[in-house]
Amino acid sequence: MRRQPARSPGCLDRHCLPSPTGYRSGRCGGPAALLPLLVLTIWALAGAGLARAQAGASDVSAGDTPSDRGESITVSWEPAPGDRLVDGTVTGYRILRSRSPEGPFEAIGQASPGAARYDDADVENGIDYFYRVETLSLEGAVRSPVIGPAVAQAQWINTNQWNVFVVLVLLLGFNIYYIESIRAGQKPFIRKIAGLEAVNEAVGRATEMGRPILFVPGIQDMNDIQTVAGITILGHIARTVAEYDSQLVVPTSRALVMTTARETVREAYLSVGRPDSYDENNIYYVTDEQFGYVAGVNGYMVRNKPATCFYMGAFFAESLILAETSNSIGAIQVAGTAMPAQLPFFVAACDYTLIGEELFAASAYLSGEPKQLGSIKGQDVGKFLGMVSIVLGVALLTLASVVGWEPLVQAAEFVREFWSTELA
Amino acid sequence: MKRALWIIITGIIVAVLVVRTASGNMESPFAGIEGFGTWFAALLTLAIMSFLYDDNPLYRFAEHLFVGVSAAYWMVMGFWSTLVPNLLGKLWPSLTAQLFMPGLADTTHDPLWFMYFIPMAFGVLLLLRLFPKGGHLSRWALAFILGTTAGLRLIAFLTADFMGQIRSTLKSVAGLTPAVLPGGSPSFSFETMFWDLVAVIAIMAALCYFYFSKEHKGSFGAFSRIGIWVLMITFGAGFGYTVMGRIALLVGRIEFLLRDWLAVI
Repeated sequence: MRRQPARSPGCLDRHCLPSPTGYRSGRCGGPAALLPLLVLTIWALAGAGLARAQAGASDVSAGDTPSDRGESITVSWEPAPGDRLVDGTVTGYRILRSRSPEGPFEAIGQASPGAARYDDADVENGIDYFYRVETLSLEGAVRSPVIGPAVAQAQWINTNQWNVFVVLVLLLGFNIYYIESIRAGQKPFIRKIAGLEAVNEAVGRATEMGRPILFVPGIQDMNDIQTVAGITILGHIARTVAEYDSQLVVPTSRALVMTTARETVREAYLSVGRPDSYDENNIYYVTDEQFGYVAGVNGYMVRNKPATCFYMGAFFAESLILAETSNSIGAIQVAGTAMPAQLPFFVAACDYTLIGEELFAASAYLSGEPKQLGSIKGQDVGKFLGMVSIVLGVALLTLASVVGWEPLVQAAEFVREFWSTELA
Repeated sequence: MKRALWIIITGIIVAVLVVRTASGNMESPFAGIEGFGTWFAALLTLAIMSFLYDDNPLYRFAEHLFVGVSAAYWMVMGFWSTLVPNLLGKLWPSLTAQLFMPGLADTTHDPLWFMYFIPMAFGVLLLLRLFPKGGHLSRWALAFILGTTAGLRLIAFLTADFMGQIRSTLKSVAGLTPAVLPGGSPSFSFETMFWDLVAVIAIMAALCYFYFSKEHKGSFGAFSRIGIWVLMITFGAGFGYTVMGRIALLVGRIEFLLRDWLAVI
């Protein structure tokens, strides 16, 4: 490599140019002659530094945040030249807002270095707002020109979730197709669910022993889909109980669940022609308090010794307490829940357990209605598509990571992005 | 004999408590509201724990007290924290602030305030169950609640439980970790590759188990049986993890008895 000749830093005199040999000619003046040049150099360097500090965020824009319910404006910008990961001088961006282009502007938030947007979620729809972005750096702060007006408004359609719409349409389409097929006479195959096969046996045992049947619908309200599934299964159990002329007891921890359970059980008794056997006092509210409810149900268990206990719905810490107490009195237990943390306890302590989605499938299985059976079949097709997507996606991503071929990488990324719940 | 034994044990415990209290080693239940509260809470804790032996009058007393107090508490809470601010406060804010809640923050009408008559009407329909002739009208409110619940939860379940799970499973199983710096080469880890493969196969097997419209026979049945194993191993791990949490709760209660009540630690 050719060595660059040395040159006196402050000397601009043509006589002071380095010689081709790389050594100074020695024709420059003394130290006094260097002083003005030194001052000039310092001034030039300081000027360059100031210019760097003054370069703030550029291309600042502000507009309504897309695909939202309004009340949000997005301010975006190109990061300042000094905003670098290594040896960067920018310490952040301060966002200023005003209702008028003349100001006054007030600080409404700050973004960290590297950020290129800020969502102002404290605005009203239909009102003009003006913004400035202040670049904060070690050398000082630089304000952008005034940007605006920006107006927030609500959108009817969230285009960031078009993939959710596609999946929803597909799944609902399959459901409708299979419901109509079953209505037209097609007989679907639904595999046996062991816990449900045991219902008749459990009710029959209670009838023979002359003891009641206890049904616990969980401790959540009717806005929990597990409670809804549990109440649907209660309807089937109540029909069997009514046919056997046994006694069904349902303590609830929510008033609305009690009302729904009463309605469901009454319907079941009516449907088998035994309305006189229905006693609404057997379906009663205990308390909303979790462990107060457990204390009440446990007390009922040890005093009345039900022969069969059903637990169908959403459960929390009370699951094992209930199941163990029931186990201690020798009752047959059938449980069903989709709470992952409680399933181990039911599996360990109960005779039969409906695991997760089996709880939701159970109601369809029991009812035999085309609508519910068709939806099971439709959901299975959805699961199949999900499995195919996983196999394809994993294969694509693996190949892409090994081969690194750009089109393959893009295809793999597309598959992964498609299953994201909020697209960029 | 058994009963006599229990009476003797209880008598000894009571005697020890009386002696400790008299000697000033324990807080007296008559020292003030705090001392009474500690004693009452401790005795109720023991009464509830006595259920481990068998059903007994002490447990029954604690149970009925707990159920009664908590039911009343939730009813009062429901009225003051839901009905008053969310219904009465929206329909008649000034009147509500004047009669029920002087501290009601907003006494102006919401632009769509009249919409709150709809939930009020549904609430009244639910209460019609109290009248034999109008009981069937409560079904309208129940149908509305069940329908809106199903509709609202559909998207949440679809995105979180279906799409979210698939998205999390989609990963390369080559065991390659991308380079940290640009231009660097990715590093290979056999362990990463093995566990990524296990995760993908386990999820596929568990999905097969929850496939209801195909008979679980042959290779499909064998694969779904792997799914059951996956579930059971997961439940085993979950069981141990949760039991640890419950032990922590028990330790907390015993600590209350030994420190706050008996003052022995």
